[in-house]
Amino acid sequence: MSDFQEENPFLPEPARIVRKYDLTSDVRFFQVRFVDMERALSLKYLPGQFMMFSLAGIGEAPFSISSTPSRPGLLEFCIRKVGEFTEALFDLKENAIIGIRGPYGNGFDLERIKGHDFIIVVGGLGAAPLRSLILYALDNRDNFGRIYYLYGARTPADMLFRKEFFEFIERDDLGCLLAVDHDPDGDWPCYISKVTDLFKYVKNIDVQNTYAAVCGPPVMYRFVIEKLIALGIPKNQILMTLERRMKCGVGKCGHCVVGDIYTCIDGPVFTYWDIINKKGLI
Amino acid sequence: MRVLRMNKRHLPEFLEASKQFGELWGPVKKGEVYVYEHIQDISEMSLQPQRTLLPLKKLIYPPKIKMFQYEGEKYQDTQEEVPRRVVYGVPSCDIHGLLIMDEIFLRQYRDPYYAIRRERTAILGASFCTCYPKSCLCQSMGTDFIKEGFDLYFTDLGNYYLVWVGSSLGDDLIRLKPEIFNDNISRKDLSEFVTRKSSYTQEPCNIIDMAIIPDLVELSSEHPVWEEMGEKCLECGACTMVCPTCNCYNVFDEPYLNTETGKRERYWDSCTFNGYSVVAGGHNFRESRAERLRLWYWHKLNSFGPQERPACVGCGRCVDTCPVDINVLTVSKRLLGDKTKQALSTKAKKP
Repeated sequence: MSDFQEENPFLPEPARIVRKYDLTSDVRFFQVRFVDMERALSLKYLPGQFMMFSLAGIGEAPFSISSTPSRPGLLEFCIRKVGEFTEALFDLKENAIIGIRGPYGNGFDLERIKGHDFIIVVGGLGAAPLRSLILYALDNRDNFGRIYYLYGARTPADMLFRKEFFEFIERDDLGCLLAVDHDPDGDWPCYISKVTDLFKYVKNIDVQNTYAAVCGPPVMYRFVIEKLIALGIPKNQILMTLERRMKCGVGKCGHCVVGDIYTCIDGPVFTYWDIINKKGLI
Repeated sequence: MRVLRMNKRHLPEFLEASKQFGELWGPVKKGEVYVYEHIQDISEMSLQPQRTLLPLKKLIYPPKIKMFQYEGEKYQDTQEEVPRRVVYGVPSCDIHGLLIMDEIFLRQYRDPYYAIRRERTAILGASFCTCYPKSCLCQSMGTDFIKEGFDLYFTDLGNYYLVWVGSSLGDDLIRLKPEIFNDNISRKDLSEFVTRKSSYTQEPCNIIDMAIIPDLVELSSEHPVWEEMGEKCLECGACTMVCPTCNCYNVFDEPYLNTETGKRERYWDSCTFNGYSVVAGGHNFRESRAERLRLWYWHKLNSFGPQERPACVGCGRCVDTCPVDINVLTVSKRLLGDKTKQALSTKAKKP
């Protein structure tokens, strides 16, 4: 390998699809590992960071990491089939080789959140990045105060990682509140409501010393933020991870720019205070 | 900075000698406009600085490049040989533009495609550009002079140049023809320089009030100018192509005929295009032309890049290029409103 190659941040590295299965009718879970085992085990990343996937002949696309750095070796993603790239990705079988590069983005500032109460609020596919965060928090449970995990999906069939999150309900060191908007089969054992209606069950948190992390469809943010503000959580302690079109992931191609902020390197995690100050972030 | 004196008649032989470093490029007249071309015969090129149709970024950040090749899922770095070049006649606004591009491409995750071209290109700037006084606004942007970012800089003082040596490479170029450069700068040379510089500054190009425009852009997100301009904009992207500080690109894979192999390419994109901010699933973060134009003017007239400064370098290319008259002058004028008349004067500079 020439020096030039080692320095080229655009060159994807080979990775293997180790395992895949469907989470819902259009969302699939992928476990991916760098072919180079040393690379796989030494990879450092933060919840909230993303990787660029590359499929030769198709192109590249960014995906949030759903696994936690506290369980090294495998990278996990949950990916919705929405376009040309993901259609091609869904055609791949176990053991197929893809290109990946990263991790990119600022990720969640875990040092800042440490020692605080923590509310994680998820809507729909927002579970992709925030699963990394909740798993990290549970793996490092002593570092946090009270933890709440609020997740809303349209129907039971749309809820990602259902089995894993049902197990969370059994834990006594976590308030896991799962809700669906509709329950067509009538057998949903948890809440039937909007995710915003779950806030009334959030008890005994020290709001000034609480961080919140939010990710979901754009329409959800406004209503969730209203609730968090009403609870009394400071605006700069409300963290959100945002989606944008990205072609490079490394602050060059310009597509993810909002004002003078590059979502790919300055984000994708922003505070609500950042968002008030940067028109166009949400 | 080292400053030398060179008689004007020596310029062609110096440029000829500079070919020892690499290909000589300079402004050549094509119809109504100048373009940077590879020079064989020095008589073809302009020895005056010229504002070319495309800025210097054409050579450092070309419109289309091959990034690398793939075979199956194996990606091989196959960067093509980048020739060494000497570019003469670069006006200071274009060098300012490059300094802003540097902030993006040479920061963390240094871009190897940009970096190698930047390193292999010797920039020979030239002062007192008189190119397009009707459209340029370099004085407002503070880009009519330059102190860095070049290898050599030629200041025209009638029958001789003061040559500013801006880099170690520039110094090496001087050493190709040491006999034509003189180290002794007299008091008379300095006073001529000061006189020329101050008289140049007194010939105004377009003046817009940059003490207030960035604030106006910041405070005018709901101003009707964006909708008005958005109505007119043709989404042709010409403003972004000719702008020295537009860095956006798109990436495409081009399979060769036997589908297993192919190349990944990068080419200029434009934030004025409808699909610029569309994510998978179809959501468009900037659906209207008005929103997209507002982004462009935010970058050019308010803040851009890590240094958060306006990225407009006042070259005036958008002024001459936009087919429907949307440009830094018309937008500033509209934002200034009644204050325009005194703030914006379009006195043509004498050639």
